[in-house]
Amino acid sequence: MSTSSQLLSRRGFGRLAAGAAAAVGAGALGACSRGGGKPLADTPLRIMAINHVWSQAVRPRLKEFEERVGRRVSMTLLTADQLASSYNVKLNASATDVDVMMVRALQEQPVFAHNGWLTDLTDRVHGDAEFDWQDFQKAPRGASETKGRVLSVPVVTERPALYYRKDLADPPGTLDELMDASVRLTDPGKGFFGYVGRGQRSGAVSQWSSYLYSYGGDFVVNGRSGIGSRAATAAYEYYGRLLHEAGPPGATNMSLEQAMPIFAQGKAAFYIDADAIYSSFLDPGISSVGKAVGFAPFPAGPAGPRPHNIPSWSLGINTFSRLRDEAWEFIRWAAGPDMAAELQSAGIPCARQSVWSDPKTLASFPPDLAEAMRINAERGIGHDRPQVLQVGRARDIVGRPLVAGILGKPVKPVIRDADAEFADFLVRDNRHKES
Amino acid sequence: MSTTEVRASATARDSARPPRGRAPRTVEQANRRLKWVMLTPALAFVGLMIVFPLAFTIDLSLTDAFGAVNAQKHHVGLRNFVDALSDARRFWPAVQRTVIFTVGAVALETVLGLALAMLMRKPFRGMRWVRTVLIIPLLTTPVAIGILWLLILDPTNGIANHLLASVGLPRMEFLGSVSQSLPTLMLIDVWQWTPMMTLLLLAGLTTLPEEPEEAALVDGANAWQRFRHVVLPMLGPAIGTALVLRAVDALKTFDILYATKGPGGGSDFEAETLNVYAYGLTFDYQEYGLAAAVLVLFTLFIIGVVVVLRRRSGRKDAA
Repeated sequence: MSTSSQLLSRRGFGRLAAGAAAAVGAGALGACSRGGGKPLADTPLRIMAINHVWSQAVRPRLKEFEERVGRRVSMTLLTADQLASSYNVKLNASATDVDVMMVRALQEQPVFAHNGWLTDLTDRVHGDAEFDWQDFQKAPRGASETKGRVLSVPVVTERPALYYRKDLADPPGTLDELMDASVRLTDPGKGFFGYVGRGQRSGAVSQWSSYLYSYGGDFVVNGRSGIGSRAATAAYEYYGRLLHEAGPPGATNMSLEQAMPIFAQGKAAFYIDADAIYSSFLDPGISSVGKAVGFAPFPAGPAGPRPHNIPSWSLGINTFSRLRDEAWEFIRWAAGPDMAAELQSAGIPCARQSVWSDPKTLASFPPDLAEAMRINAERGIGHDRPQVLQVGRARDIVGRPLVAGILGKPVKPVIRDADAEFADFLVRDNRHKES
Repeated sequence: MSTTEVRASATARDSARPPRGRAPRTVEQANRRLKWVMLTPALAFVGLMIVFPLAFTIDLSLTDAFGAVNAQKHHVGLRNFVDALSDARRFWPAVQRTVIFTVGAVALETVLGLALAMLMRKPFRGMRWVRTVLIIPLLTTPVAIGILWLLILDPTNGIANHLLASVGLPRMEFLGSVSQSLPTLMLIDVWQWTPMMTLLLLAGLTTLPEEPEEAALVDGANAWQRFRHVVLPMLGPAIGTALVLRAVDALKTFDILYATKGPGGGSDFEAETLNVYAYGLTFDYQEYGLAAAVLVLFTLFIIGVVVVLRRRSGRKDAA
């Protein structure tokens, strides 16, 4: 055979290139198709979840579920930011390699619903008497619905708890008492601070919501920005002053991960954050405060004590999943009454009213925490951030005056600016909702 | 020309060309086709991995894409570019921070890298150990470096403030402070990337001829004069290349900024560079059209920086 005869002609080369491009394109399109094709018997049910006490408690129990459905289960645990970014990347590509999605009903769900990324569970939850949808607490149940359709099922709920040092102070009943005691106990020279809490622009918004409600305000009032109201201004000024005068240095860089260790290491007298993290202060491996920690309900503001009570994490089903029935079976099992009772007995606050009414499931919580959780749940408001489509941008706007206050800058000009920006944002957000 | 003549000339032309479907006649023709066959994988890679994403991003930047990339979107012309370029709250401060971070960090890394390279130029005892230790920061994952420094520099529990307090110096907020964050991040970048500059410049130094320096020594030039007037001009091309490589990398810095300051580059956007801003627009705000426009502007900015640096180093080479 001659050398030249082994070579491709120009036309042959063109055909080969076109064929290769077509194959690649077809492959890519095939991969992007909406849940096309049947899953194989050995295709695992894929769950993506937050690295949280709930997921860590469910993981060892997965064997039981695998035996029940006869299918392997794979569970990936990520941080909240990683989880949100992964969903964005995967679902933009209509990926089928995630079936059950752990989502925040108040953070990602609105925009995921807008994109059509979550399976409608309305008929499934209402048509299953054993699952008993009405057993879920009213506020978390409401937050699971978008435009009247149930898109997720809450598994973990959260309220703000007041953590305090029993050896240093009594639990304050009002926000004014909290301010006085915090300022009095602060001693920066000794590295001790009266109060520690979230101060990051976006991260602080959800904790600040309870202060806002207790001052009588809300993020949105009658469809318009509520952050410029007198109540909101007072709440901004209060929170800024609390962390500026009684908080540790660098508070504006603090979210849960930075604030919690400061209280756990005995460097702060008061700390208000999610009640689900209480065990971090009782574990002698990571906490030096141990038995000195007390738990109390959220203090009263001028409008009374009005904490939030929200579904912090819920389970939904990827609309592109090829295992939607199995995914629903998993949700039935993981959010069912038996599992909820089992997990709450292990110290993980769930969303079912029947479980909260059962004293046995509260036995694992310290008695004062169980009481604080019960009271906060009764008083609770079902959202802790603006209920909009672009929650991330809204939090960035709403959080700006908080940062100014914590840094000791004049707050009112920043509130005026943020209020105007938030008003513009709401108009654009409504436009997106209607599109 | 008559019809017969035209036919005759066409027949002559056809007989000169190799018949359709047959193999090429000459080795040159064969080589020409073989060249394309060999190039195909590289061209396909460039097409799939560079040209397509770039074209897709440019197309996306001209739309109002929101929520999901494949959602219904409308072409809005250059509106996203106008919105970005008229945004004095986030875009222009991010450009400013990107420039400050890059110029500050790369300048320090170049000076320190050159100094270390000069020190390590002549063999000394333990040189292999020093070189090994030097490359450790280069081999460490940026996110791990970010978390490590976050713990060291924690204003309340970090070891840095304990050390400062132990020698009677005031405590610092470091990454917890709005004003100290960017300088602190530049220093972390210097800690991580100075070794790379050192290695690049050391490689450049080893290729320099020794005769010009020896001649200067004979003429009575001192160490500084030999460095300033002999070594530095000869090292120009190596410094230029190292600057371009490092500057492009520094412009794109993301992981350390995100690991230490979180979304938006901190509470007052104090460490929000263009990269962090574009990431936030994409993953936190789902404003894909605007994010694509910012990325296109950022790409043009990087190309501009490379062109300027290459021209300057080219002019120096010519001189």
